[in-house]
Order: sequence, then C-alpha cells, then structure tokens
Amino acid sequence: MSGATESMDLVLELEIPARPEFIAVVRLVVSAAALARRNLPEQRIDDLKLAVSEACTNAIEAHGAAATEDHVRIRVYEGPERFEVCVEDRGAGFDPDALPAHPPVTDPERLNFERGLGIPLIRTLVDDAEFWSSPQGTSVHLILYGEPAEDIPPDDAVGLRVEGT
Amino acid sequence: MELGLEVDESHPPFTVLAVKGEVDVYTAPRLREKLVELVSHGSQHLVIDLEGVDFLDSTGLGVLVGGLKRLRSHDGDLSLVCSQHRILKVFEITGLTKVFSIYDSVEAAVTS
Repeated sequence: MSGATESMDLVLELEIPARPEFIAVVRLVVSAAALARRNLPEQRIDDLKLAVSEACTNAIEAHGAAATEDHVRIRVYEGPERFEVCVEDRGAGFDPDALPAHPPVTDPERLNFERGLGIPLIRTLVDDAEFWSSPQGTSVHLILYGEPAEDIPPDDAVGLRVEGT
Repeated sequence: MELGLEVDESHPPFTVLAVKGEVDVYTAPRLREKLVELVSHGSQHLVIDLEGVDFLDSTGLGVLVGGLKRLRSHDGDLSLVCSQHRILKVFEITGLTKVFSIYDSVEAAVTS
C-alpha cells in the first residue's frame, strides 16, 4: 500500500462502525501497539494517537456525508524502520492539496473557524503523512520512523471487527 | 467514555468549568452544550480548567474557539487552565496559544 520499498508486515487490522463513540477504541489499540512494538518515546506515541484520532474523525464524517453504512478500516503495518497506520474510508474523497486556509490567529475572524484543523495537525504530528483520495474513498497513511522495540510481542497479525449495538 | 464537567461558582465573577476525560468528536458536543448553557445563564467570565483532560483533539479545540467567540459576543471572556505539556502542545501547533489566555492554575486564572 505504501510507496516504500521496505517490506512491511501487517500487525493489526481494525474495522469500526463509522460512529464517533468508536474512535477512543482505535486510539487505545493503535497506541498500545505502537508502545509495545516500537522503540518510540511516549511523546511520539501521544502524537500518533492524536493523528489517528483526527484521521478517524475525518473518515467518520466522510461516511456520514456519503450516507454509507460501511465500516472504517484501520490497518497497522511495521517494518525495520517504520510504523505505519492506514485509515481507510469509503467517503466521497477530497483534494488534500486544496484545503481552505484559516485567517491568521491574530485576526479576530479566526474565531469564525471551528473546523479544518485536523489535516494540518496530522501533517505536523507524524514524520510523514500521505493522503490518497478518490471519489471511491480516502486512505490516510500516518508514518513514524524508528526502530522496533527490542522485545517485541509475537507477531501474529490481529484482526478485530467491532460491531455497533 | 464519560466526559466530566464540573461547575464551580466560588470565584465570582468567574465561573470555573473543570473538564475531565477525553475531548474528541464523541464527547465534544457535551462540552459545547455546557458552554452554551453557562453563557445563556449569564456566565460572562469563564475559566475552563483542562488539568483533568487526558486527550484533546481538533474537535475539542473547535468547541473552545466557538466558546471564546460566544463569550466575546456577550462582552465576556474565556480563559483556560492547562499546564500539561501534551495538551498545551495541541494549542501551540495550531497557533491557538495566541488566541487564548492560558494559565497554569485556576488561582492564577481567577486573580488575573
């Protein structure tokens, strides 16, 4: 999926109903995997957690706007040099290079904008962020570079599908 | 996941709202409702205490920006209490440290 040449293993796959109450689970599971499997400072795990939350929020809103009942899919890959989280939706897609800019924070008009911070945050928080979008959906790739942890848990990939009630 | 929202009126003219838990797209609407309710009941000088917040994303930031706008349109103000690095960082990255007055304790905020 990613443009990297390095070989990547799938370590975790999660599918959640496209509803806000399921994002906390994704944050928990993905950050726990990063903490266990990678040699990353806690602060970088917090950054990843926030980026994952932003990507899932956008995915869920995209499903809401497209009125699809499909689940949102989150996959986690890792290689010798990086950890990658892919958040995939089946919304209507968007142009990641044509996002409207906010007025500067010193401008009183800035207070009229409550949204639109997610993608700039994602770009700042992770080492690399890629947005692949088409009218069939969007996949957001959040990449943190760094080595695996020394004592990695067994590497059987875990797949979880969460069903709504 | 519950969002804790506790109102403290013991520092007039300030109303202190202590938020506890994770503020994201699921819980932020409750924070928004509480802010609207406080303003409509006459609170003009609001201090939002974020010391008990474990996680805050852009949805939470948006609600705080909306709250500040609402307070200013009622000739009031909204300030924040936050000393946790991981939460402050979100304000720093987005430049919102320049928009909000941020204090490191409730005492500092209500004696400002």
